[in-house]
Amino acid sequence: MRYLALAILTFAPVALSANAETIQERAAPCFACHGEHGTSETENTPSLGGQQAPYALIQLFMFREKLRTFEPMNEMAKPLTDDDLRTFSDFIATLPKPAPPADAGDPARMARGQALAQQNRCNTCHNTDFSGKENVPRIANQREDYLAKTLAEYKDNSRHGYDATMADVMQTVNKGQIADLAYYIARVR
Amino acid sequence: MIRYSFAPRSLLLAGAFFGAFTLGAAAQQPAAPPASGAAPAAAPALPPGSPLIGRPDNEAAAKLAPVAPPPIPASSDKLPLAKLKVPAGFNVEVYAAGMANARSMALGDKGTVFVGSRLVDKVYAIVNKDGKRSVKVLASGLYRPNGVAFKDGTLYIAELSQISKIDKVEDILDNPPKPTVIYDKLPKDEAHGWKFIAIGPDNKLYVPVGQPGNNVLHDADHGQIRRINLDGSGAEVYALGVRNSVGFDWNPETRQMYFTDNGRDWLSETVPEDELNRVTKAGEDFGAPFCYQGNIIDQELGWGKSCKDYTPPVGLMGPHTASLGMRFYTGSQFPKSYKNAIFVARHGSWNKTQKQGGDVAVVKLNKDGTVKSVEPFLTGFLQDNKYVGRPVDVMLLKDGSLLVSDDWNGAVYRVSYGKPKVADK
Repeated sequence: MRYLALAILTFAPVALSANAETIQERAAPCFACHGEHGTSETENTPSLGGQQAPYALIQLFMFREKLRTFEPMNEMAKPLTDDDLRTFSDFIATLPKPAPPADAGDPARMARGQALAQQNRCNTCHNTDFSGKENVPRIANQREDYLAKTLAEYKDNSRHGYDATMADVMQTVNKGQIADLAYYIARVR
Repeated sequence: MIRYSFAPRSLLLAGAFFGAFTLGAAAQQPAAPPASGAAPAAAPALPPGSPLIGRPDNEAAAKLAPVAPPPIPASSDKLPLAKLKVPAGFNVEVYAAGMANARSMALGDKGTVFVGSRLVDKVYAIVNKDGKRSVKVLASGLYRPNGVAFKDGTLYIAELSQISKIDKVEDILDNPPKPTVIYDKLPKDEAHGWKFIAIGPDNKLYVPVGQPGNNVLHDADHGQIRRINLDGSGAEVYALGVRNSVGFDWNPETRQMYFTDNGRDWLSETVPEDELNRVTKAGEDFGAPFCYQGNIIDQELGWGKSCKDYTPPVGLMGPHTASLGMRFYTGSQFPKSYKNAIFVARHGSWNKTQKQGGDVAVVKLNKDGTVKSVEPFLTGFLQDNKYVGRPVDVMLLKDGSLLVSDDWNGAVYRVSYGKPKVADK
């Protein structure tokens, strides 16, 4: 509910944005939840910085079309035109990528996570450094809670991917493994 | 690390069958069996549906992954029309645009063209009224509504795991009701779960159920084409050993069903080729996942199996080319040599370093229904190894021109023959 309130507060500026406004001004409400410069400090809310523009465009499109359901984002995206979606996704890609957390993480968990990432071949689509490519997102140093939540949602198909890939990939990954994967990818250097 | 080893024995076998097979399909471009490099072994721990199953552990293979289209449909002026090529005497024009992820097509009695989608939730109607053409969203909130079919005023829609219908659809285009579900006894797997559907000369609706992954053993509910009555009753299995068919039609002369089937990924850059199959009797088995392209025993699952126990394809459509929608050309606008030929939309490969497909091919048949030739017909969607469009389905209009859908751009093109005659705008 907290997010919803935030979203409603910040919704008006986006909807009423005049063409004269710069993208920086238009994007200011995004940072309320997604963090200054796109590095999120809000639980379960992703960092946007350095995200692949084609992936960001697909997500904004899915929010607008309600193919991906999260009410605040569905509301935010509702008035956006196709060109708006492109402008926002291109802008998101220019934000600085999130930095790895200061702590290097528990070596045992990091090793488990790394082994799982190899075994499930996350690197095939997400790139060897997890920076993503094209329609496949950057996941490196994404928030751990958001990674875990997203993997769980792909697994039970409550988050429908744009295509079916992640639903399939997650079939044999169990809860404990999801936690280790999220732990590792959030801290990967 | 898993080590992959070369498997000479199965290659020799494949080669032996291959020689015999090419005689039957003389005009095919025969692809060599896997020539060199690593033959993939079983990759443990990958889930059944994963597109990575069987991926060899090398750098070139690691670069390949399914290609997703842009989400927003291209506006008419941004379509790659100028890049598209057809044989001399043919013309290609934009028929309709602005339909995100436009996939399979069906034609209504009154000229409405229905278009399904896979990555969005919509079925579109391209409406022809008073000489003007416009696009409407006919239904939304559907789940991967890839398949559409039309018969006697009713539109049938195939979502991932159910079939529904809208009666008298062309009379209520402005205010369509929600589709009514007629059949939902279908698996819910995402992998190869989206469906092409069509109604056969026996007035039954044909519904494919793909294998739930790249190369997997599965239960009796998968890997087949079923047929059901138009009210959803009487389901029966019609064809077996079908990996993922996303297109079929019936030979107007023999009334036999022909269907495209997508071969498995990761076997090699050059094989297996996608199949064009012909069903001569109900219950035939086409081999997947044990035998591919009629002459390759699968290196993981094919042990103890023989290709001669399965019906071989009548035609090969190229490796990983993703041969999807297909129709027999029963019109009279095109030259005589196209009469009863098959047009096949090849969506184009992802599991191949040099992409292949991304075109509409024309398959000409011999009198006995075997394949005489496979040639590219509409090309240009693949530029510098990148897609600028991807054909999904083909469909005849009543005037004998051919529509081609493109899910990359969310558009439908029209191919005609003779003096450029533009369809009614």
